[in-house]
Amino acid sequence: MKNQFQLHPEIASTVALDVDLLYFFVVAISVFFMALICVLIFVFAMKYRRKTEDQQAESQSHGNLLLEIVWSAIPLVLMLIMFVWGVYLFFKVYQIPNGAMEYYVVGKQWMWHIQHPTGQREINEMHVPINTPVKLTMASEDVIHSFYVPAFRVKNDVIPGRYTSLTFEATKPGEYHLFCAEYCGTEHSLMIGSVYAMEQEDYQNWLGGGLVDESPEEAGARLFSQLNCITCHSDQAGARGPSLNGKFGTEEVLKSGERILIDEAYIRESIVNPRIRLVAGYPAIMPTYQGQITETNIFNLISYIKSLPSTEGAQ
Amino acid sequence: MSTVVKKGAPEHRMPLHHFLNATYTVKSWFLTMDHKRVGLLYLFSIGFFFLIGGTFASLIRLELATPEADLMEADQYNVAFSMHGIVMIFFFLIPSIPAVFGNFIMPLMIGAKDVAFPKLNLTSWYLFIFGGSFGVLTTLLGGVDTGWTFYTPFSSTYSNTNVLLAGMAAFIAGFSSILTGLNFMVTIHKMRAPGITWFKMPLFVWGMYATSLIMVLGTPVIAITLGLMMVERGFGIGIFDPALGGDPVLFQHLFWFYSHPAVYIMILPGMGVISEVIAAFSRKRIFGYDFIAMSSVSIAVLGFFVWGHHLFVSGQSIYAGMVFSFITMLVAVPSAVKVFSWMATMHKGSVSYDAPMLYALGFIGLFSVGGLTGVFLAIMGLDIHMHDTYFVVAHFHYVMVGGAVTAFMAAIHFWWPKMTGRMYPEGWSRFAAFLIFAGFNLTFFPQFIVGYLGMPRRYHVYPEEWQLLNVMSSAGATILAAAFIVPLIYMIWSLKNGKIAGPNPWRATGLEWILSSPPPEHNFPSTPIVREEPYDYGEVIDNPVHKEEDEKV
Repeated sequence: MKNQFQLHPEIASTVALDVDLLYFFVVAISVFFMALICVLIFVFAMKYRRKTEDQQAESQSHGNLLLEIVWSAIPLVLMLIMFVWGVYLFFKVYQIPNGAMEYYVVGKQWMWHIQHPTGQREINEMHVPINTPVKLTMASEDVIHSFYVPAFRVKNDVIPGRYTSLTFEATKPGEYHLFCAEYCGTEHSLMIGSVYAMEQEDYQNWLGGGLVDESPEEAGARLFSQLNCITCHSDQAGARGPSLNGKFGTEEVLKSGERILIDEAYIRESIVNPRIRLVAGYPAIMPTYQGQITETNIFNLISYIKSLPSTEGAQ
Repeated sequence: MSTVVKKGAPEHRMPLHHFLNATYTVKSWFLTMDHKRVGLLYLFSIGFFFLIGGTFASLIRLELATPEADLMEADQYNVAFSMHGIVMIFFFLIPSIPAVFGNFIMPLMIGAKDVAFPKLNLTSWYLFIFGGSFGVLTTLLGGVDTGWTFYTPFSSTYSNTNVLLAGMAAFIAGFSSILTGLNFMVTIHKMRAPGITWFKMPLFVWGMYATSLIMVLGTPVIAITLGLMMVERGFGIGIFDPALGGDPVLFQHLFWFYSHPAVYIMILPGMGVISEVIAAFSRKRIFGYDFIAMSSVSIAVLGFFVWGHHLFVSGQSIYAGMVFSFITMLVAVPSAVKVFSWMATMHKGSVSYDAPMLYALGFIGLFSVGGLTGVFLAIMGLDIHMHDTYFVVAHFHYVMVGGAVTAFMAAIHFWWPKMTGRMYPEGWSRFAAFLIFAGFNLTFFPQFIVGYLGMPRRYHVYPEEWQLLNVMSSAGATILAAAFIVPLIYMIWSLKNGKIAGPNPWRATGLEWILSSPPPEHNFPSTPIVREEPYDYGEVIDNPVHKEEDEKV
């Protein structure tokens, strides 16, 4: 794959061909207009060349309303087509399919931490099975980074203080470039790695070879008691914080009366900035964990909270 | 073709009195109230910054000739591309055509004695120099490594370089821009000679007006944004850094609210120049005057509502993205209108190929490539892949170098005889125009390809399979750098040895060509009254000799 001159990047994901089709459509339009412009310039340059010093223009025509309307309308129509097509493609690229494998990605100066759904961790390398949708939930420990895999035609910024996500489905086994596309300081150009797309079977073998000391849920459970979250967030009557059992993916009523979906972003916010959106009926006593917990550990806590079964029926 | 002196016509002589020989003291230059001298002060200053910016560009291309890091350390490379951007954008491109030719030529075109506020005009230059010295100081102290975009929280918290100094440099230079814009707007509103109605103004003046609008409305926002960034860095007050409770993407919104319109500050004056040049060298009325004038204004206005196209993959709402994508693509319409109108102006004209026209034709081609590739990036689905790659680098260099710098070259070749009274050598000027065109394309066209292949911007080292394209680019940059030296040499040579131009060497219409070359200190002896339409090429225009009283010694 490497060392060889290319004019076009590899097509290795479900959306890559869609992106290329639109790209070639716009290239074709551009080439047509550039050819038109160049040919006209050359023709006019030859045909209307000034031959004598005093030669005047053949005509002083300085406008033609119909012509001007036509050449405003043609680009407008073409733009509309490209706009609609582009929006459609954008939705397609960012549409997160149900049942996607969830990876966690943390960007930090200057490396990528990748965590598999099953707990395997990698640095600057990412193994994914082909023909399986993958969803990345991404966070940054420091500055803005951007997760970019050209062969998949996907990219999204990784921004400190919030989660962003990205989804793709690899279609062709191989090793592909992973880049940081947002300038992030000294070793920005070394914040690179490889995505290995593998046949399902190879992926399972690879997983089996990787040592997992503890799964994300286990790590989260350990943190949950280490950080004393459990003191308040319990099922006991009169607990000082809301129970978290079975809450992921459900809605909760806030103090403001607003309803909110409990997702990764809300859990993360409630850990680093608990007082922004309080659940109704509980006092604002939770301290902030900003700066005291790494993004990876927040991911582990989220995995643990996700895994908690609902206990409502049991009581 | 510069042999426009009619056979048998008397030889041209330099006018006896003009603004250059009115006084010779240093003080008369540094305290000048003459818009023409202020224009020249700007010309020297931006020329100086162009050399600095160009040096950084050469370093970048030298380093990228190989995939490994050999010439520079990573930090040095990051400084090189950051300083290249900051110097070229804030200290060359933004002032370039407005500050030099807007100052020198625009008042002449509308028959004014000067700009509306001559003292303010000089103040602008001093502010520019003050800001510029911060820029030079930044460079001397080791530069800054944030990129010209100063993205937070990298700039406000993480960078260890002279961010405050560089921020101040751009901050101060911004005030120069605001004052110049204000000055031009008042000048254009109040000082047009009788008969020059809004729709009889030369299109360069329309370009200046649209540009001034952006300078006045947009620049305060970048000043505030950089101010907030510096406050966060200096005092730890959380605005953009999430660790301090801020929002890093807010910076990007504020930054691009100015910096996208700033691209139009760079290109609109250029489009104005091209309209003048195409009409003059086709000896034909400009085609679609109203459409061209209005397209400048609509580009300026639309330009304020497109900033979000820099944030399609920054977690911006998809629906906001759709609005920005749509408005961005609308900008293509007035741009296309201009290109078509210029070509229609050549149709059935009497077209000659002096250097200014060669640059103008180059501009049409290069700007069209820059504009069309901008459409790729405005398309949401394509931008995901292309954002922050070399495709973007190639695109904006086609607009800024292929467009703005080429237009600057057209302008300086067009008005040089007016400014200095002398012609530059014809052959050399055409040779340089071709060389610049070739070098430019060889430098930047391969970057479209390597960008679509996925090479990210601001990479100091890169995968080796992309070396060939990068070597082409570096080779082109070498040609380009050499090509820019050629005009520098013959322009200086022409000051003493160039043929005397006479008032109107191109036999063009417009009030600036009525005056002697160089123009008298106070421009017009009496306010001209204009009856003709602009670009009235219906009859033969001559290059008269300077008036009798000047020739009597």
